[in-house]
Amino acid sequence: MTVTHNNESGTEAARADENLVTLTIDDVEVSVPEGTLLIRAAELIGVEIPRFCDHPLLAPVGACRQCLVDVPDAGNGRGFPKPQASCTLPVSPGMVVKTQVTSPVADKAQTGILEFLLINHPLDCPMCDKGGECPLQNQAMSHGRGETRFNEVKRTFPKPLAISPQILLDRERCVLCARCTRFSEQIAGDPFIAMAERGALQQVAIYENEPYSSYFSGNTIQICPVGALTSSAYRFRSRPFDLVSTPSVAEHDACGAAIRVDHRRGKVMRRLAGDDPEVNEEWISDKDRFAFAYDRQPDRLTRPLVRDPETGALEPASWPAAFLAAARGLTDAARTAGVGVLTGGRLTVEDAYAYSKLARTVLGTNDIDFRARPHSDEEAAFLAHAVAGSGLGVTYRDLEHAAKVVLVGLEPEDEAATIFLRLRKAWRQNGTQVVALASHATRALEKVGGQLIRTVPGDEAKALGEAGLDAGTIVLLGERVARVEGAFTSALTAATARGARLAWVPRRAGDRGAVEAGCLPNLLPGGRPVGDAEARADLAAAWGVGSVPGGVGRSGDAILAAALTGEIGGLLVAGVEVDDLADPQAAIDAIEAAGFVVSLEVRASAVTERADVVLPVAAPAEKAGSFLTWEGRPRRFGAVFSPPHALSDTRVLAGIAEAAGHDLGFRTAEAAAAELAELGAWDGARAPRPEVLPGRAPRTGPSEVVLDTWRRLIDDGRGQDGDQHYQATARPSVVLLSAATARATGVRAGDEVILRTDRGAVAVPVDLADIADGVVWTPANSNGLSLLGILGATYGDVVTIERSTTDSRADALSGPPHPHQTPAPDEGVELDATTAPGDSAAPTDTDLARPAEEQL
Amino acid sequence: MSVAPLTPVLTRGWDHERAWTLDAYGEYAALRTALQTEPDALIETVKASGLRGRGGAGFPTGMKWSFIPQDPSKPGGDKPHYLVVNADESEPGTCKDIPLMMASPHTLVEGVAITCHAIRAKKAFIYVRGEVLHVIRRLQAAVEEAYEAGFLGADVFGSGIDLDVVVHAGAGAYICGEETALLDSLEGRRGQPRLRPPFPAVAGLYAAPTVINNVESIASVPCIVENGPDWFGSMGTEKSKGMTLYSLSGHVKRPGQYEAPLGITLRELLDLSGGMREGSELKFWTPGGSSTPLLTAEHLDVPLDYEGVAGAGSMLGTKALQVFDQTTSVVRCVLRWTEFYKHESCGKCTPCREGTWWLVQTLERLEAGKGQDGDIELLLDQCDNILGRAFCALGDGATSPITSAIEHFRDEFEAGMHTPAWDLFPYEASTAWRKGASA
Repeated sequence: MTVTHNNESGTEAARADENLVTLTIDDVEVSVPEGTLLIRAAELIGVEIPRFCDHPLLAPVGACRQCLVDVPDAGNGRGFPKPQASCTLPVSPGMVVKTQVTSPVADKAQTGILEFLLINHPLDCPMCDKGGECPLQNQAMSHGRGETRFNEVKRTFPKPLAISPQILLDRERCVLCARCTRFSEQIAGDPFIAMAERGALQQVAIYENEPYSSYFSGNTIQICPVGALTSSAYRFRSRPFDLVSTPSVAEHDACGAAIRVDHRRGKVMRRLAGDDPEVNEEWISDKDRFAFAYDRQPDRLTRPLVRDPETGALEPASWPAAFLAAARGLTDAARTAGVGVLTGGRLTVEDAYAYSKLARTVLGTNDIDFRARPHSDEEAAFLAHAVAGSGLGVTYRDLEHAAKVVLVGLEPEDEAATIFLRLRKAWRQNGTQVVALASHATRALEKVGGQLIRTVPGDEAKALGEAGLDAGTIVLLGERVARVEGAFTSALTAATARGARLAWVPRRAGDRGAVEAGCLPNLLPGGRPVGDAEARADLAAAWGVGSVPGGVGRSGDAILAAALTGEIGGLLVAGVEVDDLADPQAAIDAIEAAGFVVSLEVRASAVTERADVVLPVAAPAEKAGSFLTWEGRPRRFGAVFSPPHALSDTRVLAGIAEAAGHDLGFRTAEAAAAELAELGAWDGARAPRPEVLPGRAPRTGPSEVVLDTWRRLIDDGRGQDGDQHYQATARPSVVLLSAATARATGVRAGDEVILRTDRGAVAVPVDLADIADGVVWTPANSNGLSLLGILGATYGDVVTIERSTTDSRADALSGPPHPHQTPAPDEGVELDATTAPGDSAAPTDTDLARPAEEQL
Repeated sequence: MSVAPLTPVLTRGWDHERAWTLDAYGEYAALRTALQTEPDALIETVKASGLRGRGGAGFPTGMKWSFIPQDPSKPGGDKPHYLVVNADESEPGTCKDIPLMMASPHTLVEGVAITCHAIRAKKAFIYVRGEVLHVIRRLQAAVEEAYEAGFLGADVFGSGIDLDVVVHAGAGAYICGEETALLDSLEGRRGQPRLRPPFPAVAGLYAAPTVINNVESIASVPCIVENGPDWFGSMGTEKSKGMTLYSLSGHVKRPGQYEAPLGITLRELLDLSGGMREGSELKFWTPGGSSTPLLTAEHLDVPLDYEGVAGAGSMLGTKALQVFDQTTSVVRCVLRWTEFYKHESCGKCTPCREGTWWLVQTLERLEAGKGQDGDIELLLDQCDNILGRAFCALGDGATSPITSAIEHFRDEFEAGMHTPAWDLFPYEASTAWRKGASA
C-alpha cells in the first residue's frame, strides 16, 4: 500500500480514485471499490446478509457459513454451482449476486445454517446477558424457522469457565465464529485464547492454567455474537432494554476513545466501545471499559465542606456559604501573597478554561499549572512553541500510514492503548516501522514489530540522533520526556532538520485541553504566549478586562515550593493526587503550609483533608464537556446523568467568581466552549522554542541503578477503583534487571530486591530481561507500591539496589500478593455481589489460573 | 469367464524378499533419467501421460505442477517451492497408500525426488497419518537409505541438484487429509482447512508455492519417466489413463489391493478376488470410500474410471471398494459412517460441525426402530443444508452415504419407524464369525 502522509481529506480523495467495480446484487446495479467483499457491497444497496464470523476489522474467515448467497454469474459468464460465503468473496466486474432477498437457494441455505447453529445453542435467552442485543437472537427472528425440528440432545458444558478474572466463558452458548480468538491474535496481538478440540466439542480455550491476559480482553465480549463471553463485572447485572445508552469519551488517557455508557437508575452498569474509525475504530482497552466505578466509592464527596475556624474540622456547608468562604479566602490570599492554581490533568477543556480565566481575572496570577506529575520548564516551552494552538496535528490515520514511528518516553500499550492498537495495525497492514528509544523492548514493542534503540533513561536526547528521522517519520513524545534534559529541544531540532513530524502524547485525558486552555505559567488560552504583550492585550480585550497578568508564572513544582516558604498564600487545587507529584512529601508540606487551600474534588484525597474549603465536583459521567486527544482532536460528550450534588468545575468556579464580585462570563460547559471558540487560536508569533543542551543519564555508583518506570495501564490509579475483577487482571509487579545487574546484585530471577532512596524502600520480585545494564524497570504505581510516594523517585532517578534479606527488608514496603493468588477483599459495594443464583461456578480465585509470567 | 488382466506396476515388487529395502528396489534409475531432463520437459511428460490425482478428485497431475509460478517476478515466484505428499490416508475403506508405503516405500521416495526436480523444489514433506507408526518407520528407513545411497541430499547423481525429504507424522485427524488443513498441521497449527484463494500453488506451505499430491500419484511418476507417457496411456480409458490400485474390502473372498487399468469393473474385480464370500449376494458398495455415494448390484458393470463412476451418480474417489452383502443393514452402516464424520469434523464451519451432530442422532433413532414420521425427509433436508454449504469437502462427503442410501434403500429407512435394524439384519450375520462362515 502506498504510504501517504495526507490529512483525512487527502485519504478520502485517494479512495475515490480507487477502481470501481460494477456488479448486480438482487437486480440492483452497484459500483464499489475493487476488493470489496460481497457482504459489504450488499449493505450498500440496503441488503443485510446475516453473519456471525464476519467482522469488518478482522480478516475474513468464512467459518460460520451464515452469509451464503447465490452467485449465478461470477463475472465471467459462469456461475458458482454452490452458494458462496459473501464474507470471503470479493466483487468482480459483471458479477451477478442473489441474496436471500431474491434467491430461494440462498434463503434456504441461510435458514439451514441458522437452524444448525441453534441445535446446540441453549434456549437461555431470558437469563443471558446478551438477550435483547444478541445477533443470534435477532437473526433467528429474521431468518430462522418459527419452530425447531431438533428434539434430540444438545451439547452441554460445565459453566461458566473463567478464562481470566474478568472474562467468563459459557461454552454451550458459543457458535464458534472465532471472532474472539481472531481479535486477540490479529488486533491485540495477545493470542492467549484459541480453539481447542474439534467438531461440536470445539471450544475457545486458554492454555492450561494460563489466563487470557490481555489489556483488550473486554472487546471479545462486545464482538461475541452470542452470550458466550461475559464479564464478571456485568454478568447478570441488567438487561439491555433497561439500559439508557449515552455516547461518550473515555477519560482514562489522552487517546479519546469513543465509548458508550449504559446506565440504569442513576448508575453506570457498563461501558462499551464506540465506533469511531478516525480514533479507536471499534476497540477500547479494558481500562476504558471496566474502570468506571471509581466515582461511586464510599469516599465520594457529595457536599461542600468548609473548615470550622473554631474546631478546625471540615463541616458540611451550603453551596452559597462554601462559595463565599472560598472566594474570601482566595481573594484575601491573592491580595497578599498570591494564589497558585494546580489543575491536574483530568479536566475537560471547558473546566480547564474556567480555571485559566479565573486565575488570570479573579486571582490575577499566571501561577497555574496542569502538570500534576514531574515536569520541566523545557517541556512548558516546548508546549508553548510546538503544541498550544496548533490544532489537529498528527492523527491516528497518519500513524497508520507512516513509514516510521519513533517512540520516545512512551510505552504505547500502557500509556496510550489506542495508539498501540493503531501502531499494530500500521505495522501489520502497511509495514510501518516502529522504533522505541527505551531501556528494553517491551512486549508491546514486539507486538508492533518494533525495533529498540537501547537507551538509558536520560540519554534520549542524544539517542534521537540515531533514530534515523526523515520526512516519513513521526516522533511521539510521551510525558516522561519531561524528565529528560534537552530531549524536547533535540526532538524539535532533529525533526525540523529532517522534515519529520512531532506529536506530544500526554497520558491524561485533560492534558492537551489544559494546554489549549492556558493552564500553564507561560501560556494563556488559545496558545497565546504570556511573554507576548500583543497576545496579552488581545486576550484582555476579548475578556473585557484592563489587562491580564504579564510575566511567566510559577510551574507546579515552583508553586508548591513557594507555598512552603509562604511566597504564595493560597492554593486552588483541582483533582490532584499528591503521590503523582515529583515530590509528594514536599507537596503535603506545602499544602499544609499554605494559608488557604480550596480543593475541587470528586473523592476525598490527601488534598481535601488539608483544604479549607472542599467543593465536590462532577465526575466525567456526570457532566458535559470535551477532551482534546493527543492529536488535538476535540471529543465532545454529554452528561450521562446529573446527580444533584455534582456541579461541574466550571459551575463551581463561576460561583466562586460571583461570590468574589466577578463575572466569569459563563456557568456552563457549553458557554465556556463557545467563549473559548470565539477567542480562537493565537495567530501571532509563536513562543520561542526551548534551547536546552542534551543531558545525559545520571552516573551511578556501586549498588546504584537508574530507574526506568512508568505506569502500567492497569495499576493502582484511583480512577480504577471499584472493580476487583478488573484489578485482578493487572500484571504482577516485578523488577526487570539485566543478567549483569542481577549478578552484580547477587540475585536471580524470582528473588526479591530492595530499591531504596533516602525516602524509603520497596521490595519487589526480580525478573531477568534484556535491559540495559545498570538500569532497572519496575511499574510506577502497581501492587500497592507508589514509587513516587514511597521512594520519591521516578523515571531517570538513581536508586540503590540490594538483595532482599531479613535485615534489608525490615524497612521496605512490599505489595500484597497479586490478586490472582489471593482473593481480593470484598469491598461491600454492589459490584462485588456474587453472580446470580444457581451460577455456582462463578469465578473464584481457585478457578483462575496463576498469572501469566511477565513476558518482557 | 474371462479374467481381466492385472497390471502390476506399483505393486510389481510387493512380493519380493524384503521389498521395502533399497537392495530389493534397486537404483533410482528413473530419477537418474529425470535429473538429466529439463524440469519443464518432465512436467510435459507427466501432462502427456494423462496421470490424474489418485487421492480422489482426479485433477490432472501435470497441470497441477504447471501452476507453480516459475517466473521470479510473478507473485510467489521468488519463494522456495515445496512438494508435500499427502499420506494422511484416513477415508473409511481406503487402504492403498499405506500398503504401498509399507511394501515399496522407495517407489514413493523416488517419485518424490523426480517431482521435486520437475517443480523446482528442493524440499519435500511426506505427511503420514499418525496412527500408522510402522509405516512411518519404514518410510523413514527408506528415506535414510536413499540419503545414504546419494539419491537424496546434496548433489544427487552429481547433477548439482539438492533434494531433501522430511517424513512428518500427523496426529490423527481425518481433516488433515484435506490439503490446506494438512498444510496448517504441517506448519504446527491446528489442522483446519484454509480459505482459498490463495491456492497452495501460489501460497501453500509457509506461504510459498506448494504442490500437494497423493502418495499413489507421486508413486506413479517413476514408471512414467521410465517407460514414457505412451506406455502409461496405453492402459486405462480415454480420459482416465494408466493403472491404479483398487482396494477391495468387505464381504469378498480375497480382500486386498488389486492393481488394474482404470476402467475395470467391479464384476471383473470380484472375479479376480474370488467373488463374494460364501452365501453372499452383493447388496451395495462404495466405489471410492465412504464419501462417495454408494452403488448397488445394478452397477456391477460400471467402468471404474473417473467418468464411468461419475456417470453412475457417484465418484471414483480413492477406489476403495467396500463391498456389503445382503446381511448388512444399510441404516446401521450409514450410521457408523456418519458417526465417523461427526467425530472427525474439525469444527470450523457450522453445517459440518452441527449437521453431523444432528444426523447421528436422527440415524440412531432410525437404527433403533424409533424413527418418527418425517425423519427421512428430515435427513434429506439436513443433507441438503450441508451439501455445498460446508467450508471443505468433508461436509459434502458426510452427506453422500445418507442420500445415496435413502435413494437405493428407502424401505430400510422406513422400516426404522417401527423395527430396529438389528432385528431386520441380525448384526452377527454380517461378521466373519457368523454361523456357517467359511473363514
